[in-house]
Order: sequence, then structure tokens, then C-alpha cells
Amino acid sequence: MSVLVFLENWDGKFKKLSFELVSYASKVAEMLGQPAIALSIGKVDASELEKLAAYGAEKVINIENDSIKAFDEQVYTSMIAEVAQKTGANILVLANNNSGKALAPRLSVRLKAGIASGVSRLPVSINPFVVYKKVYSGKAFANVAIKTEIKIITLAQNSFEVVESSKTFVVEKMNIQPDGKLMKTQVKEVQKQSGKILITDADIVVSGGRGMKSPDNWGPLVELADLLGAATACSRPVSDEGWRSHDEHTGQTGKIIAPNLYFAIGISGATQHLAGVSSSKFIVAINTDKDAPIFEAAQYGIVGDASKVLPKLVEAVKEIKSK
Amino acid sequence: MKILVCISNVPDTTTKVKFVDNSTKIDVNGIQWVINPWDELALTRALELKDDASNGVQTVTVGHVGLISSEPTLRKALAIGADDAIRINIEAGDAYAIAVQLAEAIRNENFDIILCGIESSDHNGSTVGGMLAELLGYPSVTGVSSVKIENGQLVITREIDGGKEIITVPAPFIAVVQKGIAKEPRIAAMRGIMMARTKPIKVVEPQLIDSLTEVINYEMPKPRAACKYVAADDAGQLIVLLQNEAKVI
Ligand SMILES: Cc1cc2nc3c(=O)[nH]c(=O)nc-3n(C[C@H](O)[C@H](O)[C@H](O)COP(=O)(O)OP(=O)(O)OC[C@H]3O[C@@H](n4cnc5c(N)ncnc54)[C@H](O)[C@@H]3O)c2cc1C
Repeated sequence: MSVLVFLENWDGKFKKLSFELVSYASKVAEMLGQPAIALSIGKVDASELEKLAAYGAEKVINIENDSIKAFDEQVYTSMIAEVAQKTGANILVLANNNSGKALAPRLSVRLKAGIASGVSRLPVSINPFVVYKKVYSGKAFANVAIKTEIKIITLAQNSFEVVESSKTFVVEKMNIQPDGKLMKTQVKEVQKQSGKILITDADIVVSGGRGMKSPDNWGPLVELADLLGAATACSRPVSDEGWRSHDEHTGQTGKIIAPNLYFAIGISGATQHLAGVSSSKFIVAINTDKDAPIFEAAQYGIVGDASKVLPKLVEAVKEIKSK
Repeated sequence: MKILVCISNVPDTTTKVKFVDNSTKIDVNGIQWVINPWDELALTRALELKDDASNGVQTVTVGHVGLISSEPTLRKALAIGADDAIRINIEAGDAYAIAVQLAEAIRNENFDIILCGIESSDHNGSTVGGMLAELLGYPSVTGVSSVKIENGQLVITREIDGGKEIITVPAPFIAVVQKGIAKEPRIAAMRGIMMARTKPIKVVEPQLIDSLTEVINYEMPKPRAACKYVAADDAGQLIVLLQNEAKVI
């Protein structure tokens, strides 16, 4: 039996999310006394595959096949299910991003495996198998028992520390021929967002709301983000107004993020906004209204005008950077 | 072409959730039930596609697993503009049980496009759409921010980590939709509300299905430490605290 973790790659590279997944899978494997096996589909260099072993994978399986031209959810499901059967996987771990959300439910049906998604901790118990996950968009958590022999977990991003634990490992090239008839997705065009730090990946996110008053006032907010190596985000009305681009919108109906540090600047802290950011480790609120609900969610706060506070923060960051 | 939109009945997003019976059930007292926000946007997009006659969409149906108590939510979907509804008459189980009920009820209805929201705001599962696709053997596309019909062909935008892909996929298929699929949810007009009263809701008797998972109990988030304030005039001090105390920069 094994714990099988599926890893997506981005142009042949892994990222922190991948290492979180392997770290998590290998800790679960330790609890069960089983090996953790990492599965990567697509063209990935050997040196990149080896990185996975540094986080506790005892075996890295790579399927590279020229006939797989697109991320087709049925084709990937078939391949992963076949590897799961070959490796006797009783636990499958995937990311809780769009790819994981595409594959985990299909695998659940295929393998008759109960699924818990958006899990943020190691299993609470193994027998019965109980995991802890967010429900009601972060307003509560649930302990969920998975009752089937095979279990599927999708892991919430930034919820589990990356832990290095080198083991001896093997890389195995597996040759699985996907069923050509299943391949129905055809990619016409790919539009990549280049250069920018993704808000879902960022450790620090600097976010502005309607209290920023005008799209022309974003200069110091962006400067603060750049100095901190942070991503920029915004509340929904800000993206609806077209002040900022739609992929910056965080909250219930936008991106759900869990950075180490989230700056909410001129954001009132509506429940739908908090639904997307409440898993942040620290929230900083900057708001003219001392009664704004965002201060209840924040650990640090400044009651003040963003246009006056932001330049001071920029100066202070420059100062600590110069030391 | 026939479109199905799967609808979940959820507490209004502003609800302060509380639990009862040793924290095993949500306290439904005073809860306002609404169409899950994603499903409402999916319905809006389905109706937009139908509005443009050149797309050849004949009907938009909503599908729901739930007891008669959720009919007001279905009526609301009909008032917004859906032509008819299918309700599978059983209290919703876990995602798997819901997907199986839906699959069995619609297997012979020949929908060309099935739209599901990327998650329901109660269990945040993100699983019913994909499960339904696998049960029906249909292709699925997850993270869809646009569905168009161009010269009879489905053109889909899929959001991926760090970009988007424009793809085509043959019908029948399932789109699991997210932000962008429609701008604003469509609101029911008076005429729609009147018409909804007589639109058909087909009630289907459920299959015998066991859930694969079970909620043992709910927990409230741990209260966070109280907010520590820094004076606006001394804003730079915040950065010092973030560096030395919180150690996050
Ligand atoms: C179904 C549904 C889903 C939703 N999903 C989302 C979502 O995903 N994300 C989201 O963000 N919202 C969402 N909303 C909207 C949400 O309810 C709020 O309306 C929204 O978050 C408010 O945005 P805001 O805080 O930027 O604006 P406001 O609520 O207008 O707050 C502006 C804040 O700025 C402060 N301010 C004013 N001037 C200054 C100044 N000079 N300096 C500093 N502070 C100042 C004010 O005191 C106020 O607190 C959703 C709503 C619904 C019904």
C-alpha cells in the first residue's frame, strides 16, 4: 500500500505548492507506515524530479508521453487511476487548485474513494480516518470521516509547512498509453501571465479596497508590494469598477488565499471578503473607520487614512531594507 | 441544445453560522436560504446563451437534490428565467451521494451542456461537477470563466495557475464554472416571478445511495489574538513589529 501524491508541473518546473504536497503526503505515509510515491505527468527534467525526493518521496513516477497534448481531465484521471492501482495506493493527495479540483472528484468515482477537499492539517485519526477541513468559507471547520478503503485528500495551499526529509529514492519512468478516444480537450490558445507573482503563491499580499478612493491612488500600494516581494490584490468592488484587474479579486467569489501576511487597506472586511483571506497567518488592517469589521479579523491595525499611512510604510520598509 | 444548471441551496453568505446537537448540525434558525452564488452565475450564463437565438439553446433546466423545503430556491431559479426544474426528493448527502442522484435522474435527458459552480458555499467541496462528469462518462472542464458557442462549437476559457487556456470540447460536457462566467447574477423581474409559479418542477424519487464520507462534528475557528494598534502618525512602527514580533517580513 502507498500514499500517492499527484504533482502538476508548470513548464516542467515544480513550485512551493508541489513541495507542500509531497511533505504532507510523506507525513501521512509515516503515520501509516507506508511509502509516499510522487507522480508527475509530462516532461520534467530529472533534476526537477529529484527535488521531490528531498521532501520525503521514496519513489518518483514520471509519465512522459508525446500523445498527451492537453490537460484533458478524463485522460489524466485514467492515467492516475492506473498508477493508483499499480502502486496499491490507499491514499491519494492532490492540490486544492483548479487541476486538483478537476481530477480528485473524477478519481473519487473511478476508485470509489471518499474525498475530503481543502484539508489543512494532518489526519486527526487514522482509524477511523478523520480529516479537518474548512467549511462555510472559513466561518467554521469540520472533522470529516472518509469511510471508504481508498481515500482522497486535496490539500489547501499554504496550510502545510514544507519539511525536508531526504530518503533514498528511485525515479521510475512508467509507460502508460492514454486511451486516445478519451482525449476530447483541444487547446487553441494559452495566455500566460508572466512576471507577476501569483496571489495564490505569494507569502505576502498587499490588497486595496474602495477606501483607496480612486485607481490613481495605487502607486504607493504597488510600491509597498514591490519592496516586500508581495503580490497585489483587491476587493470585489475594486475589480468590478475596473480599478484593478479581475485576477486580483480576493474573497468568496474570487481567489481564496492563505499568505503569511495580508494587508487589507481601505477594505471594510465584509464576510464575503474575509471568506477569501481568513486563512492568512497575519492580517494587517488600515482603515479610517475604527469600527470597521476588518479590525476584528486583524492582528495589527492602523486607524488612519491610507493615502497618509502608505507612504510612511514605504519609507519604513526602505529603511529596514537598507540596514 | 439543452442546458442543465446544477443548483445548491445554501445559507446566505452573510449568515453567522452556529451549530447544534453537539456541534453536529448547523442551526437553521433564522437562516435565509439562497441559490449558491456560483450556481446563480452559472444560471445567468446559461440564460445569456439562450437569449442569443443563434446559439440554438432551446431550454435551460435547473437540477437539485433536496427536500420540498428547498423549493423556494428552485422557484427563484425559475423566476430568474430557467424553463423547468428537476428535484431529486431526498435530503442532500455528501458530494458523492448528490452526484449519483443527479446522474441517475438526468442520464436519459440528453443535456448537451451541464454547468456546475466551482464550489458550494457550505461545504466548499468543489467535487459534485467532476463526479457527475465521471458518472456520466462526459468530458469536463474545471475552472471555466467563459463558455461561448461559436459556429456551433463550444469555446471554453479555462483558468489555470498563472494564466488561461482557450479550449474546445465536444458536447455533451460539463463545465465547472468560476469568476468571470457572468458579470452579475441575473435578478428575477416581476413577470418572471409570476411565470415561475406555473413552470414545472419534476420531482424524481431518489436512489438508495450511501455517502462515502460523514461529518463527525463542526468546530468554530480559534479566536484570533486581539488587534494590536499602531498610531497612524507612527505607521512605520508597524513594519518594525511585522519584522521583529510577527517575523513575517
Ligand atoms: C454573494 C456575494 C459574494 C461576494 N463576494 C465578494 C468577494 O469575493 N470579495 C469581496 O471583496 N467582496 C465580495 N462581496 C462584496 C462584499 O459584500 C463587500 O461589498 C465588499 O467586500 C466591500 O469592498 P470594500 O471593503 O473594498 O468596500 P467598502 O465596504 O465600501 O469599504 C471601504 C472601506 O474603506 C474605508 N475607507 C474609506 N476611506 C478610507 C481612507 N481614506 N483610508 C483608509 N480606509 C478608508 C472605509 O471605512 C471602509 O471600511 C460579495 C457580496 C456578495 C453578496
